[in-house]
Amino acid sequence: MKNSPYIPATDSDQAEMLQTIGVKSFEDLLSDVPKNLLFPELKLEEMLSEPELVNYFNYISKKNFASKKKTSFLGGGAYNHYIPSTVKAMIQRGEFLTSYTPYQPEASQGTLQVGFEFQSMIAQLFEMDVCNAGMYDGPTALAEAALMACRIKKNNKILIHDSVSQKLLDVLSSYSKWQDVEIINYDEIDLNDQESYSCLLVQSPNQRGEIIDVENLSNLIHEKNGLLIHHTYPISLGLIKPPGQLNVDIATGEGQSIGVPLSFGGPYIGLLTCKKEFIRQLPGRIIGQTVDKKGKTSYALTLQTREQHIRRENATSNICTSTQLIGLMVSVYLATVGPEGLKQISETCYHRAHYFANEINKINGLKLVSNNFFNEFVIESDKDVTEINNYLFSNNIEGGLNISDGDKNLLLFAVTEMNNPKDIDETIGLLRSMHD
Amino acid sequence: MSEIPNNLKYSKDHEWVNIEDNIATIGITLHAAESLGDIVYVDVSSLNQELKQFDKFGEIESVKAVSDLFVPVSGKIVEVNEELESNPEYVNDDCYEKGWIIKVEITNLNDLTTLLDSSEYEKII
Repeated sequence: MKNSPYIPATDSDQAEMLQTIGVKSFEDLLSDVPKNLLFPELKLEEMLSEPELVNYFNYISKKNFASKKKTSFLGGGAYNHYIPSTVKAMIQRGEFLTSYTPYQPEASQGTLQVGFEFQSMIAQLFEMDVCNAGMYDGPTALAEAALMACRIKKNNKILIHDSVSQKLLDVLSSYSKWQDVEIINYDEIDLNDQESYSCLLVQSPNQRGEIIDVENLSNLIHEKNGLLIHHTYPISLGLIKPPGQLNVDIATGEGQSIGVPLSFGGPYIGLLTCKKEFIRQLPGRIIGQTVDKKGKTSYALTLQTREQHIRRENATSNICTSTQLIGLMVSVYLATVGPEGLKQISETCYHRAHYFANEINKINGLKLVSNNFFNEFVIESDKDVTEINNYLFSNNIEGGLNISDGDKNLLLFAVTEMNNPKDIDETIGLLRSMHD
Repeated sequence: MSEIPNNLKYSKDHEWVNIEDNIATIGITLHAAESLGDIVYVDVSSLNQELKQFDKFGEIESVKAVSDLFVPVSGKIVEVNEELESNPEYVNDDCYEKGWIIKVEITNLNDLTTLLDSSEYEKII
C-alpha cells in the first residue's frame, strides 16, 4: 500500500497492526478479491485545465434529459414546486451551512431560532398545537407517529386506511419490524368489534390524489379509543382543511414540497405535529422560546428528558440526526410565500390539475379515475402506459408515474404551478394525437 | 439524611407504601425526590389497571431525567393523585403526604413481606 497523506498510520504502525491480527501484508487482507481486479492500472487521460474541465462537464450535462425537458408530471410523494431564490441565498450563509445540531445547542441561538420559527410555521399551517424540529422525511415522520400512538394508548395495534401509499407502508413496516406492533388493514376489521386500537393512519390527499373525509374517520377511531394520524401534503393545506380542523390527533407530512429541491429523493424533511396533550411522547427535538437572565428573548431545547442522550433505551425515538438545513429551507420558503402566496400556489395546482384531467377525460381511450382530487389524478388507459410515456418523452415531456396494476393500465399525473398552461395544452394535444 | 417515616414500607426502587386495610397508598421517597431534582411531570397508568408486584406503573419526569415507577405490591389501581397534574412539585415538597401518586387495592398481602422497613431502607440509601 502506497503512502498517502490521508492515511495517518506509519509503516511501523501498519507492521504492528498486521502482526497483531496475524497476516503478513496488507495485500493478504484482500485475498478474497480476484487478483485481476486488484490494483488495476488506471488508464486516465491527460490532466485538463480548469476551463477545459468546465467545458467538458457542460458538454456531458447537455446529454441529460433535464436540459431539454419542457415539463414534468411526475409526483407520487415528491413534487416539483418553484423554490424562491431567497431559499438558496439563506442556506448558503456559513452560519447556517454547518448545520449539525451543536452539542451545546444554546450556544447557537440563530440555529435554534430557525428551528423555533420552523416549528411555529408548520404548527400554524397544520393548525396543530405543537410541532417538533423535523424528522428525516415524510415516511419516517408517519412511522414515528404510529409508534407514538402505540406508546400513548399502550396498545400495539396500528390500523391502516387504504388511502395510505405502499411507499409509506414499506417504511412503516421496516421501521417497526422489531417493535412488537401489529399492522392491520382498516378494511378488514369489524367496526362493531370490542377491540381497541392505538391509531388509524390516513393519507389525504391519498395516493391517488383524492381528498379523504378525515373528520369522519377521526370520529370513528375515537369511538374505538384510538388516535387519528393524518399524513398530508403541505401545499394542499393552502386550499383544503388542515388537520387541526379535522379532529386529528397527530399529523405528519413530507416537507419536500415547501422549499426543498427534488434532488435524487433526498435529503427531505419530515413534518410531525400533534395535540399538546401528547407532547411528552413526541420524538425528536423541540425548541422553546424563553428569556435569559437579562430578560432578553432566547431559545432553548425543551423536554430533552425524552431524548436518547438522557433516556437511553427508554427514549421516545432513536432519531438523532439534525435536519436543520432542510428546516431552514422550509422556513425561508414559508416566510417568503406567506399565507396568501401559499393559497395562490395551492389554487393554481388545483385548477391546472382539474383542467388537465378534464381535457384528458375527453380523449377516447383515456378515462379519469380519481374523484375529488387535489393536484394529482389517475388516468386509466387502453394503451400500455409505457407507450404513452415514451411518446411524451420523445417530445421532451416527462409523463405521469406508471402505477399499472395487473391488467389495468394506470397513470398518475401530478400538476403544479411549474406546469404552465402552454405545456399542459401541448401535452393534451400529444395525447389526443396518439388516440385519434 | 432524608426523612424516612417508620410507619411506612419501602421498596428497593425507592417507593414508599402506606397500608390501610387492603388499600396501599404509594409514592416515592424523599431520597428519590431529592435525587431526581425538580419534578415537572408525573405520568401514571390508567385507573382499574391490574398490576403485578414491581410492574411499571408510570413515569416521573424531573428537569434532569425521566424515571420509571414500579408498583411495590400487586393490585388494582383504584385512585390516582390528580392534584399532581397541575402541581407536580408536591412530590418534592411533601412526598409522603400531598405527593402520593397512586392507591392500589392489594391482591396479595404476602407481597408486603418482601418490602423493607424504615431501618432496612435507611441502610440501602
